[in-house]
Amino acid sequence: MLVALVLFLVIIGSIIFHFWTPWWWTEVASNWGNIDGTIILTFWVTGAVFVAVCLFMSYCVWRFEYKKDQKADYSPENPKLEWFLTILTTIGVCALLAPGLIVWNKYVSVPEDAVDIEVMGQQWFWNYRLPGPDGKLGLTDLRNISDENPFGMNLEDPNGLDDILIEADDLHIPINQSVKVNLRSIDVLHDFYVPQFRAKMDMVPGTVTYYWFTPTRTGDFEILCMEYCGTGHYSMKGRVLVDEQKDYEDWLSEQMNFKEYMASLNKSDLIQLALKKKESN
Amino acid sequence: MTADSYEDIAVGKGDPIPALEVKPQELYHAHSFWTKWIFCQDAKVIGIQYSITAIAIGLVALVLSWLMRLQLAFPELVPFLGAAEYYQFVTMHGMIMVIYLLTALFLGGFGNFLIPLMVGARDMVFPYVNMVSYWVYLLAVIVLAASFFVPGGPTGAGWTLYPPQAITSGTPGGEGLGIILMLVSLSIFVVGFTMGGLNYVITILQARTRGMTLMRMPLTIWGIFTATVLALFAFPALIVSCIMMTLDNLLGTSFFMPAIVEFGEQSEYSGGSPILFQHLFWFFGHPEVYIVALPAFGIVSDLISVHARKNIFGYRMMVWAIVIIGALSFIVWAHHMYVAGMNPWFGFFFATTTLIIAVPTALKVYNWVITLWKGNIRLTIPMLFALGFIVTFVNGGITGLFLGNVIVDVPLSDTYFVVAHFHMVMGIAPVLVVFGAIYHWFPLVTGRFLHEGMGKFHFWVSFLGSYAIYFPMHYLGFVGVPRRYYEMYDSEFMAVSTNYLNQFITVMAIIVGFTQIIFLYNIITSAKFGKKAEKNPWKACSLEWRTPEVPPGHGNFGEDLPVVYRWAYDFNVPGAKEDYIPQDIGPSQVPEAKAEHT
Repeated sequence: MLVALVLFLVIIGSIIFHFWTPWWWTEVASNWGNIDGTIILTFWVTGAVFVAVCLFMSYCVWRFEYKKDQKADYSPENPKLEWFLTILTTIGVCALLAPGLIVWNKYVSVPEDAVDIEVMGQQWFWNYRLPGPDGKLGLTDLRNISDENPFGMNLEDPNGLDDILIEADDLHIPINQSVKVNLRSIDVLHDFYVPQFRAKMDMVPGTVTYYWFTPTRTGDFEILCMEYCGTGHYSMKGRVLVDEQKDYEDWLSEQMNFKEYMASLNKSDLIQLALKKKESN
Repeated sequence: MTADSYEDIAVGKGDPIPALEVKPQELYHAHSFWTKWIFCQDAKVIGIQYSITAIAIGLVALVLSWLMRLQLAFPELVPFLGAAEYYQFVTMHGMIMVIYLLTALFLGGFGNFLIPLMVGARDMVFPYVNMVSYWVYLLAVIVLAASFFVPGGPTGAGWTLYPPQAITSGTPGGEGLGIILMLVSLSIFVVGFTMGGLNYVITILQARTRGMTLMRMPLTIWGIFTATVLALFAFPALIVSCIMMTLDNLLGTSFFMPAIVEFGEQSEYSGGSPILFQHLFWFFGHPEVYIVALPAFGIVSDLISVHARKNIFGYRMMVWAIVIIGALSFIVWAHHMYVAGMNPWFGFFFATTTLIIAVPTALKVYNWVITLWKGNIRLTIPMLFALGFIVTFVNGGITGLFLGNVIVDVPLSDTYFVVAHFHMVMGIAPVLVVFGAIYHWFPLVTGRFLHEGMGKFHFWVSFLGSYAIYFPMHYLGFVGVPRRYYEMYDSEFMAVSTNYLNQFITVMAIIVGFTQIIFLYNIITSAKFGKKAEKNPWKACSLEWRTPEVPPGHGNFGEDLPVVYRWAYDFNVPGAKEDYIPQDIGPSQVPEAKAEHT
């Protein structure tokens, strides 16, 4: 009796907690609101199963608790019931999987108008690279990385000259413009994540990973590293600001591109070399 | 023997007992204290050695979890705990709990004790190898524990040991002996396990007593058997990754290490693949979840059936569900890697296989609760733990449907949702089964009961307490609170109240942890002074309770091995006088019992 009651209260308590919890996700700030939709759907389907199974169990415990003269039923199998439950469960699983895969398909298909940007992780901060007016990111190689060339830019690729480099500073992106975030790491695994954007992907040294999203509201958001990357993992944070187009352009005009960056280092002969290549192309 | 209907399983028509296929084995007889209790070849003693060692190292991991929880909620109480120590404790806690406690306890502990007894064998088929298996396991534990005392301390790479960080200088223990000892210890563990595992499988396949067809084995044995087969296939992937990573670390090979720039320094590595390690690790790591879960599934089926005085519902489906889950567990591994940077098209395949595995798993759950329906449920302590298991397992199981569905996993991966999910489903749920199993089989091991009052207290605090820890923790994950953060409360996207929830979780964790001391006290005192148990006190049908002596002596059974006539679930058979018919009672001995279809 008491046991059944406590089990019953655990289930009821879980339901109450779920609907009254103050701990819930942040307001979405990207096009991935339908990820939230898939979570809500999963809640309803799986929550119904949880409540049904556990309430049935509490009922059994209450109704069939041991009595001296009570005889248990002898019922080894019931193929009809077993098939019914199998099919019901399969339907439930399909109801979760199908919408999930449809949204995943969107997640991995980058729209054509998305602007490439690059996020480069290293222990324990973030660097960014924007493509500049030509819309193309220049080639990089980790082997080129040095104090003078922290991004490992390929000096022979002219596309890189106008790339905007942002070292360990805030990232700005314009609202309503889809971005393909190219993810690169130079040392260990990292993961570029903004809770309000919902999207995430690990960065793996030796390869470039990506995801895409469209910011849908302006604001100042915190970036967290979500893949364990050593002692400083918890402090690997950054900021991304979603701006109106005009504010974004103001900010952009103040940033230094690779050419200017190299010039500031007095490496003019390197620049000359690269410029010549561009002309001959 | 093919089982066309449950009657063939439950009661063979007219006592057909197949001829003895395997000659009775020659038993090793111990002559001294050392060979009887220390270097012992009796599987029962080996099982207890495994259990004690596993629980001892598990207690270390429990204390580590307290320190972690204190750091998260009340950092001022643990000023000595820096980020490096925190990550070392996280790593050691995870690895110890998963491998050195749960795997060793379920297979080495319960497997050794129960397999020969439940299949009607005198011992394992290779007793000497079985003994060596334990000592190799102990060596693995010692090597692991030694890493606490080496310069630089144990590895803090996280229990998944992902390269490159596992062997680079930014990770605690990454450049010293810490990571090497971890890799060596894991390799030793795999060697030891393989010796034991071959024994369990061959004993179950070759040394069952007459009449014990595969389809009459108790589900405990099916769970342990399938889990062992999984382990024999999965652990090689672990040992391979450990060896390759050791080579990367010591010899500078590049199996998993790409070219990297570490704090401004160009490395010598080039061309290795960190994601390859992840595939190998999870090719082992996902079956590992079922290596822990399947024995728990099996044991809890038996606990529910015995204490509800009713046959397990859908026995054949339960067996096939175990086998199918085991097989599927080898093709779902990359659901741990949806956002790891592998080819995104893998997501479609692995999400589908992962959600398919939910079907046989759900069927098992239905069958457990349907077994309770129209039962005569004795609310003994093993039964209470079984009920607690169902609640926590269903809860942890459904959150698996969130994480398994690739797009839902995207915002939730690497948050506290994941931590809550895997603790609920492969921490709390199996551990509740372990507790239930200990209360259930303690009378067999010692001839005495565990104290009931202490047992009830232990159950309610452990069950309600751990539910209160992990149920709300999922909601921290929804907020987006990342796992593996040493401290995090300067993030404005989290409300201040997440900190209160964290503090609540920590307080509960300490309470639940301390309650285990009562459990240990109960075990130690009851072994000596507990209430004497009569033979087969729970009136179970399976063979381990049918030994001439309790606790069972060397060789388990008397002059002749028992002969099995029926499955292990003949409770309340219509017409029978007693409410149970043990497996070794032939139909002619209970002519009044008529097991008919209902």
